[in-house]
Amino acid sequence: MSRRAVIAGIGQTEFSKDSGRSEQQLAAECVTSACIDAGLDPHAIDGMITFALDHSDEVDVMRSTGAQELKYTVRLPQGGAASVTSVVHAKNAVESGMCDAVVIWRAMNERSQYRFGQPHQSLSPDAHSSTFIEWCFPFGAQTPAAWEVLSCGTYLDTIGVTTQDLGRIAVILRRAAATNPLAQFYDRPITLEDHQASRWIVQPWLRLLDCCQESDGGVALLVTTEERARDLRQKPVRILGAEYAFCFNHEIISDFYEGDLTRLHNSEAVTKRLTAAAGIAPRETDVAMIYDNFTPQVLRQLEGFGYCGYGEAKDYVADGHLDLDGRTPLSPNGGLLGEAYIHGMNNFTEGVRQLRGTAANQIADAQTVFMASGVAGAILGI
Amino acid sequence: MGNVENLGARPDPVVRVDSAFFWEACERGEFVAQRCEGCERLWHPPRPMCPICHSTEKSAAALSGKGVVMSYVMPVHPPAYGFAEPPIAALIELEEGLRFVGTLVDVEPASIRVGMPVQVSFAATSGGKAVPVFRPTEDIT
Repeated sequence: MSRRAVIAGIGQTEFSKDSGRSEQQLAAECVTSACIDAGLDPHAIDGMITFALDHSDEVDVMRSTGAQELKYTVRLPQGGAASVTSVVHAKNAVESGMCDAVVIWRAMNERSQYRFGQPHQSLSPDAHSSTFIEWCFPFGAQTPAAWEVLSCGTYLDTIGVTTQDLGRIAVILRRAAATNPLAQFYDRPITLEDHQASRWIVQPWLRLLDCCQESDGGVALLVTTEERARDLRQKPVRILGAEYAFCFNHEIISDFYEGDLTRLHNSEAVTKRLTAAAGIAPRETDVAMIYDNFTPQVLRQLEGFGYCGYGEAKDYVADGHLDLDGRTPLSPNGGLLGEAYIHGMNNFTEGVRQLRGTAANQIADAQTVFMASGVAGAILGI
Repeated sequence: MGNVENLGARPDPVVRVDSAFFWEACERGEFVAQRCEGCERLWHPPRPMCPICHSTEKSAAALSGKGVVMSYVMPVHPPAYGFAEPPIAALIELEEGLRFVGTLVDVEPASIRVGMPVQVSFAATSGGKAVPVFRPTEDIT
């Protein structure tokens, strides 16, 4: 019988600017929802994975969900990359036989309780983080938007990208969100003119409509074996491959100390291994769920993950390949820009819905989905 | 602090054990990088151990303070914390091959170009410390 890993359940709370309850409650709710969706008793959870940045606690999540005995827990570094790296660990945990029912979650009140996008002032010398803020904060680079521009500015300038090129990505995602009732920007599409008229967040590259919005909410996945999933409720979604690459001297959002800044070295490394593991390349999949905290991230990942050649991403977008009826539709939920920013995890639930055939903006006959978060990639299939 | 200018409010640096040498040098008006005593390689950001020879012996090497702008950003909303005027943060490729995030001063945002040469000097912080700032070295008007 097959111990191959599958995603058997997805769960989420509503997405909002003020959840009105604790992050611990959001975590318990989304984890339980993922189990109920799968038809699995939450008491049977035996593995837990979340982000290093998540504020909830395994003991608390057990106390609420009633999980009886954990055999495996891990918390993952590298910010939003954990939305994909968590699946690498869940896959290994079930396929190795360590456990049978692993939940992955991210729960955050990043809008109502703290401001994820505002200057980070928690600068204790003992801060649990890499040293990157120390070398940015005193110089005025204090927010994710500022770090993003220092990281991508060389690429944008070298290739000759314009703010209209970036705006086209925002328009695609907001157009998709407008027909997704779960999205924070449901029924609120934008035009390129709206994008160009939106206020500056950081000059010279990011306007308001280039940036995801801080969101409250929780999202969870349930990973189990193909064998166990046969007795559960949902059509299982297979994890055909899941890989990540953290390379020397690279950072996550502040990734500008190493190598050629016009290329994503980590993504290129992942693409080779992932294509070999899954037997299909990212660009050959039916849906592109590409991490879009800021619009420039999409351009560099399109090249890094092999959707197009060097410097061609802006034209790939302009030619319509990311539209809902394009060759490789981009995040039909509206992505992190349009649906919500739950640190990438809500793109994963959309990937699963596309393969179940239950998405709001369903891509016809979707058989495979690529999940990307810069340094990590996964290919899902049915 | 003779070489340190008062350019208006700016935040104090965060000083950690492994980076104290850098900020102490700034207060003397010196721009330095960590040099490995085992293999003489320079590193930034500083780190407890050389990733090539694994020596933990290190010193502070004086740098020329010359470099070029690789990218830059001016926070508009929300405003940067601790600054009197909106700062322009830039990624600088230093002559010695290291990359360093610093603040550009005495430059109009519209005149900044990627590849623009700059030179370091020092500015006082609100708490009386010093941080490096960079000025264009060519007439860019």
